[in-house]
Amino acid sequence: MSLSVIAVISRFLEEYRSSTSNKLKVIDAYLLYILLTGAFQFLYCLLVGTFPFNSFLSGFISSVGSFILAVCLRIQINPQNKGDFLSVSPERAFADFLFAHTVLHLVVVNFIG
Amino acid sequence: MHTAHVFKEGVLDIFFSGTPAGWQSLLSFTILFLAWLAGFSSRLFAVIRFESIIHEFDPWFNYRSTHHLSTNGFYEFLNWFDERAWYPLGRIVGGTVYPGLMVTAGLIHYLLNLLNVTVHIRDVCVFLAPIFSGLTAISTFLLTRELWNQGAGLLAACFIAIVPGYISRSVAGSFDNEGIAIFALQFTYYLWVKSVKTGSVFWTIGCCLSYFYMVSAWGGYVFIINLIPLHVFVLLLMQRYSRRLYIAYSTFYIVGLVLSMQIPFVGFQPIRTSEHMAAAGVFALLQAYAFLQYLKDRLTKQEFQTLFFLGVSLAAGVVFLTVIYLTYTGETPNLPDSVCFRYAKIHIPIIASVSEHQPTTWVSFFFDLHILVCTFPAGLWFCIKNINDERVFVALYAISAVYFAGVMVRLMLTLTPVVCMLSAIAFSSVFEHYLGDDMKRENPPAEDSKEGLGPNIKSIVTMLMLMLLMMFAVHCTWVTSNAYSSPSVVLASYNHDGSRNILDDFREAYYWLRQNTDEHARVMSWWDYGYQIAGMANRTTLVDNNTWNNSHIALVGKAMSSNESAAYEIMKSLDVDYVLIIFGGVIGYSGDDINKFLWMVRIAEGEHPKDIRESDYFTPQGEFRVDKAGSPTLLNCLMYKMSYYRFGEMQVTLDFRTPPGFDRTRNAEIGNKDIRLKHLEEAFTSEHWLVRIYRVKKQENRQALDHKLRNVAAKQKYTSKKVCIA
Repeated sequence: MSLSVIAVISRFLEEYRSSTSNKLKVIDAYLLYILLTGAFQFLYCLLVGTFPFNSFLSGFISSVGSFILAVCLRIQINPQNKGDFLSVSPERAFADFLFAHTVLHLVVVNFIG
Repeated sequence: MHTAHVFKEGVLDIFFSGTPAGWQSLLSFTILFLAWLAGFSSRLFAVIRFESIIHEFDPWFNYRSTHHLSTNGFYEFLNWFDERAWYPLGRIVGGTVYPGLMVTAGLIHYLLNLLNVTVHIRDVCVFLAPIFSGLTAISTFLLTRELWNQGAGLLAACFIAIVPGYISRSVAGSFDNEGIAIFALQFTYYLWVKSVKTGSVFWTIGCCLSYFYMVSAWGGYVFIINLIPLHVFVLLLMQRYSRRLYIAYSTFYIVGLVLSMQIPFVGFQPIRTSEHMAAAGVFALLQAYAFLQYLKDRLTKQEFQTLFFLGVSLAAGVVFLTVIYLTYTGETPNLPDSVCFRYAKIHIPIIASVSEHQPTTWVSFFFDLHILVCTFPAGLWFCIKNINDERVFVALYAISAVYFAGVMVRLMLTLTPVVCMLSAIAFSSVFEHYLGDDMKRENPPAEDSKEGLGPNIKSIVTMLMLMLLMMFAVHCTWVTSNAYSSPSVVLASYNHDGSRNILDDFREAYYWLRQNTDEHARVMSWWDYGYQIAGMANRTTLVDNNTWNNSHIALVGKAMSSNESAAYEIMKSLDVDYVLIIFGGVIGYSGDDINKFLWMVRIAEGEHPKDIRESDYFTPQGEFRVDKAGSPTLLNCLMYKMSYYRFGEMQVTLDFRTPPGFDRTRNAEIGNKDIRLKHLEEAFTSEHWLVRIYRVKKQENRQALDHKLRNVAAKQKYTSKKVCIA
């Protein structure tokens, strides 16, 4: 509590800018974009109403799902986490990411109605 | 001789030239194949003794739906509105059924016919469960191998292939959801354990797809969607958080959520009902925990504390606002619902009357599981002693399954797989300890130390364990043969000389209905027989085993319990053409409608308390009697009249000391022997009087009045107005 919140956050951002590699920053930018699309869909639903509910759900879950899968990819290709994932190389992580997205979007398209 | 010795050794060397790993995999493959074969064959008793027929009640509906699917196509099945059930309401089959079973059977039938192997859909349905039992054995092997080692896996596969607890719901002919659901359950759990161990998204998506198959197959998928979040939560509490866990659960929850909502019957339940809230809660908790871990790695302790305080207050604010919003719009998920189910179980007569919903007795535990129920706590202890992420999962699985199995007999089925796995672990550890050669181990004891086991102890223990396993196999086969292999549609009794007497009354009556009544005739019977009538007789029914509409069932109950005129009014309003009842008085069959009669009264009383009172059907002393001392309401109700019509003249046993009209099930001579029916006439009675069908007479064209009540106009005196011209 002795340090102000602003100071903490600015120090965190500085440290983030300097220590994360470019690959991870690209994924983080993508995560921010997905977060914004999810937030906009939720805002739209609050304003306009939930009909048709299955379409809203499929769109929202698509955003959340893409966010989660991108986070998983980020965790798996981060060289600092290599000890946790002995059987998963970065190439394998990316292939899994594509496979998961295929399944997710097939279901989302079926659910959109 | 020396050359012969060398030659023999050379041949043996060539024969055994494979690597040890090669021999191991060949042995595993052979053992799994034999387990599949054993499981398949041990489920065939009913087919060999009788014929390839669908058993019991529920499978007849599943068979009828599968037949509809195979003749009309997938989209016709998914959008099927069945107007031949629950007349006049109908049933939306596509939206009220778990389609996995029908789609699996339909797909297998389609593929086989594509290859020009012309199998009838009925045979596919009858043999589906035994084939899937083999697949269950293989998934149990895979799961136990992930938890312990290959030896335990093979033991578990053999156990689950023949254990009676699983066989009871998956014999050949029992075409029900559990037959494929247990396979889906074990396979989903195997893929979950694999994804937690490797942290790969590929295995997690596999787990989601298997979970989707499970959701389509059985309502018990709720068990998976609560056990996996519980596992994650307990791991968090045990400070065993890892990035692999985060990846596995987050991906599983989201993709599994959207997949589970594709089944029409499940619909939006995963985000609305209380049973699914635990999964969502753990998901949110895991996201927060992971984010905090990420920050903790990068900030110092004081900075982290500042941010943590801010984060907690923000989260509390968001939760507070959400709660206010939800209570304002009235959309809170009903958390006390699960508590209400316990209440409902006792107080709603339909749920309480099903025999499968009664609490389990100790006898059923031993009967269904034999020595496995004794050795499974030992396996649980081994797992807890050598704990890791996967073994936490199996421990939680075991504890929750034991609780549920104690509540309802029907849920013994969920306990059986975990009991097989843990007993296999126990047996495997014991055999490993007592069978292996001490010298070949990694740290062999010294030559004359007292640590190693004497060969006597080792052989005695091994012999005892093998004897236990052999007794287990004998018990399983005996139970399967005697208790779980009756088709229920065909009854068999054995005479003094051992010859068999088959009672095929049910099918005789249903086929009479099929061939001698109009195609759109409506049959009224108690809800137990609805699916069988629809399946075998192909006639419209009023109520069936789905029991979704309590008021409709209460109407039928009221018709059965009232006197004939009141019942006729109800039958007229429901357009009933035929009434079907089961009567066991001639052969002593105890599952007939008079024995179920009190449940009909109770259910009717629930909806029409002013017209039907249960106490009216008992004698003043409080007994339920069908003889002369029975209550007059009982002796005049429709069910009594239909069951005992013309029974008073029948000499039931060959022994002439028993009077005619002696009911062998109730062991009483019936009270009212001279029964006349005014609005019904007898249409069919089967060979042993088991099934009796009555036709409802149409109203007469003109209501004939009694002579006294006739109003004859008085003769008028005719006075002529003509003037007499004289």
